Amino acid sequence: MSDEHLSASLAAGAEDGEGRWAFGTGFEDPLHGVDTTVPDGVDAGALAALCLALGDDALVGAQRLAQWTTDAPELEIELALANIGLDLLGQARLLYARTGQVDGTGRGEDDYAYWREADAFRNVRLAELPRGDFAFSMARLLALSAWRLALFQRLAAAPDPVLAAIAAKGVKELAYHRQFAADWIVRLGDGTEESARRMQAGYDEVGPWLGELAADTSADALGGDAAGAGAELRQVWEETARAAGLSVGAYPAHSGAGRAGARTEHLAPLLDELQSVARAHPGAAW
Amino acid sequence: MTRPGAAVTVPAALFDAGLDAVLAEAARDTGGPAPRAVPAEVPDAGADGDGLERARAAAAAVRDPELPMLTLADLGVLRSVAYAGDGAVEVALTPTYSGCPALAEMRAETVRALHEAGFPEVRVVTVLDPPWSTDWISEAGRRALAEHHIAPPGPAPHPSDPVPLTLSPTRTAAPGVACPLCGAGRTEEISRFSATSCRALRRCLACREPFEHVKEI
Repeated sequence: MSDEHLSASLAAGAEDGEGRWAFGTGFEDPLHGVDTTVPDGVDAGALAALCLALGDDALVGAQRLAQWTTDAPELEIELALANIGLDLLGQARLLYARTGQVDGTGRGEDDYAYWREADAFRNVRLAELPRGDFAFSMARLLALSAWRLALFQRLAAAPDPVLAAIAAKGVKELAYHRQFAADWIVRLGDGTEESARRMQAGYDEVGPWLGELAADTSADALGGDAAGAGAELRQVWEETARAAGLSVGAYPAHSGAGRAGARTEHLAPLLDELQSVARAHPGAAW
Repeated sequence: MTRPGAAVTVPAALFDAGLDAVLAEAARDTGGPAPRAVPAEVPDAGADGDGLERARAAAAAVRDPELPMLTLADLGVLRSVAYAGDGAVEVALTPTYSGCPALAEMRAETVRALHEAGFPEVRVVTVLDPPWSTDWISEAGRRALAEHHIAPPGPAPHPSDPVPLTLSPTRTAAPGVACPLCGAGRTEEISRFSATSCRALRRCLACREPFEHVKEI
């Protein structure tokens, strides 16, 4: 875009009384005309809880991916991880917006992202574990994207039309995320002795958390299917391991405690960083 | 392209105003009467009397900030142009990706173009359903991409099909993506994500030049 075009766009924004810059959201947007209508037969509380949880998975996952920026093994990988994070951030924004509509509080996306403490988050704990090395990051990305893809494919037929639309759009993005992770797992597992050792270590570290994903039944009443999504996740996990020459353990049974609010010690420091600008300059616009 | 009755229309800018307000109106819109819509692909013959065709032309000519060789109509993100009940021109755009930062610019440019075309009251709404597909990129758009050495997308996978996972080989010399520079058919993927989410980076195995490819979604 030429500078002339850019100025013209910004001027157009100013005309509308909207101070903004790219992703700038002017933290506290006035709420107007919020209609919290939820289709008949849909439990608004359950819908809000699900949208919040899926939004938290995406926001926290995006933040962990962003921690690779300037630090990835190759420029192409860095771009890929940033793009995957951006897709997840987009999903988080839509899901938070829907949460605020149906939970009766009228909160906006920024309220959920910037003004909640760690104990109010409902993401799966796998998403908040420290970034780790590249092999661990790929193992985690495979688990989270394969599971989210399986879940979103089912939620695309959810009784809430807004959630269904968000899920249908997300499916297309998640397919690329899962493929990216699987490609690297195969390449590293089938690579040198050192890359195979580290990929196996990443698999071993992520594996025990798969049970937490499979145990999450919060979407079942809203078009999801925990058992089906969990089985699909396990299948992708094992097939990828086979292609990569990795071993899969008999992982212990796990509870969905992250969804109930249990946190590891790693989320609070992540949020400190994510929320620092918004909290240092509340209401700031630029 | 739009499934009748299934459109979730989300008002205003997804990425610069409050999303809450955005989705709020979506819920309201799905319950209300549908605005008089002009499908983006079909010119509304004889509608020039009320200026709708002029409004459509102005919106259709806005360019994508990331791929400026494409107009919003070429890209398939312009879903409809219609008069709303209050007399405002309502332009429906659909985001390419959930997190696409270009949508805010598209919206601002659309408002500016319609103001310049003499429409003072303009509203840009966002449509999430059905989700954007690269199949909506027009023939003219595909030619423009190729002319700018970006390989256009092939057919998108059908949304209801199971999503395939390929486990080997890791670097694909998949047929179907021809080199936009020399025309050779044998090219390989270097990176599935390029400068933006919507593009992959490939290399021609004949002329060895790298090029971008708009990937199918």
